[in-house]
Amino acid sequence: MKRVLMICAIITVLTTVGIVWVLFSESYTFFQHVSIWDFLTDTEWSPLSTNKHFGILPLLSGTLLVTAISMSIAVPMGIIIAIYLSEYAPKKFRYYIKPLLEILASIPTVVYGFFALTVVTPFLQNYIPNLAGFNALSAGLVMGIMIIPMISSLSEDALYAVPKSLREGAYGMGSTRLQTSFNVILPAASSGIIVSIILAFARAVGETMIVTVAAGNMANLTADPRETVATITAFIVNMSSGDVQQDSIEYQTIFAAGVTLFVFTFILNSVSFYIKKRFQEKYD
Amino acid sequence: MEKLSIKEKKLEAINLNVFYGAKQVLKDVNIAIKANTVTAFIGPSGCGKSTFLRTFNRMNDYVEGFRKEGDIIVDGKDIYQKMIRVEELRKKIGMVFQKPNPFPKSIFENVAYGLKIQGIKNKKLIEETVEKSLKQSALWDEVKDDLKKSALSLSGGQQQRLCIARALALEPSILLMDEPASALDPISTAKIEDLIWELKQKYTIVIVTHNMQQAGRISDNTAFFYMGDLVEYDETKKIFTNPEKERTQNYITGRFG
Ligand SMILES: Nc1ncnc2c1ncn2[C@@H]1O[C@H](COP(=O)(O)OP(=O)(O)O)[C@@H](O)[C@H]1O
Ligand SMILES: [Mg+2]
Repeated sequence: MKRVLMICAIITVLTTVGIVWVLFSESYTFFQHVSIWDFLTDTEWSPLSTNKHFGILPLLSGTLLVTAISMSIAVPMGIIIAIYLSEYAPKKFRYYIKPLLEILASIPTVVYGFFALTVVTPFLQNYIPNLAGFNALSAGLVMGIMIIPMISSLSEDALYAVPKSLREGAYGMGSTRLQTSFNVILPAASSGIIVSIILAFARAVGETMIVTVAAGNMANLTADPRETVATITAFIVNMSSGDVQQDSIEYQTIFAAGVTLFVFTFILNSVSFYIKKRFQEKYD
Repeated sequence: MEKLSIKEKKLEAINLNVFYGAKQVLKDVNIAIKANTVTAFIGPSGCGKSTFLRTFNRMNDYVEGFRKEGDIIVDGKDIYQKMIRVEELRKKIGMVFQKPNPFPKSIFENVAYGLKIQGIKNKKLIEETVEKSLKQSALWDEVKDDLKKSALSLSGGQQQRLCIARALALEPSILLMDEPASALDPISTAKIEDLIWELKQKYTIVIVTHNMQQAGRISDNTAFFYMGDLVEYDETKKIFTNPEKERTQNYITGRFG
């Protein structure tokens, strides 16, 4: 039995190492054709046109734009729901609503994508002129809704775990429920909440189907949510599903984009890890 | 025990019955507590001391199944009346718990908390109050140079004195203490006892304690509870030397509980 477990562990590690190796070796060939400087500073991404440009910035900005929109929905909503469930809702209600919320997270993301494309975008077009058929806004909003339960569920666990004695301390000094929630319970649970936000962020950056379906596939250096954009993930999907010749420079862009995503999430995780540690020092 | 005039009564329970669901935990309790005294609640575990203490600032409101009959009077007012704002009531009545429970904030923020939730923004006033409260709770000299440090970095005894300072910052007239020294070492306990002695000048203090010697040392009056009954309530001297009831005598001398 011990052997079997050992082999499983080794397979997992080898797979990971293999993925990273392929990623970096393929991009190595890519970076022999395109300098890293051009890759990071060129403001155009057009690997398939005759006048080829390989600047990652438009894909990066597309990714960040959609992620920012989704987080601006998911963070406040997720935390408010968590506070409501932990501090206000009757026990029964909490018991039933939590699994229900988690269902939101188990809907296939392609369904969210089509929901964004065929329901949200046409609806928003009534109010926002110049909203493109494929746009960052709808994709971001719907992704935000999808991510809410990730934040609310983990944050609620963190809030609920705050000792009863702290609540009593706050109530005993004449705090209202709202004051207790925001001034005492929320800071006490902050490290857990930050973790939930980090995980949600990572999920948003890596999310693929919603953006592929609803945000379009046009590398576009913009901060305007009404426009069509392409994220790194959406580009990878589109490029891999098209018929590009293996070992061509077009094919290798997939790996260059993949490496960018990898490095990007890696930096994010490190930063958040650092923040998390600092908060923990402060609070427990 | 001397009869108190209406004006002298700070806290009063009249025909109080308390239930958790179907279980009755306090039975027809009557008590009147004089201002600026220290009153100790003693009795075996589970006899209802904490429950009784918590009726005076309505901390039982959140307990599922809690129900009471009879009245609790604070400063001449029935505090379970509809028109009473429980948050206002609790600002007048400080509470210190068995386990120190400082907020996960700095020492300064802990003491300033009560003022801040009242919307007080005046920095100077807040700073003065923090200093005054920490001095009152005999913690100032130990922490004055690192008020920005996390309250959780303090020792247990310091944390408990911080919790007292936090309560004092609201300038209450009553302090409810539920076994405030039971989790502390002897030196910290002695400090808390000295402190209670000092605070008596300005506050009406009710303290639940398991420790008979402690009750004897610090209180003016003692109430002995047994299984939800207030068996005897009298001057501490009398309770400890010449109690009326045999049950009290047995408890004091350590024959049970
Ligand atoms: N939240 C609660 N729900 C139900 N019963 C409780 C609760 N708190 C205390 N009790 C019961 O009420 C009785 C009195 O408890 P308590 O006031 O804590 O006693 P003491 O402080 O004297 O030890 C005990 O029998 C205890 O089990
Ligand atoms: Mg108790």
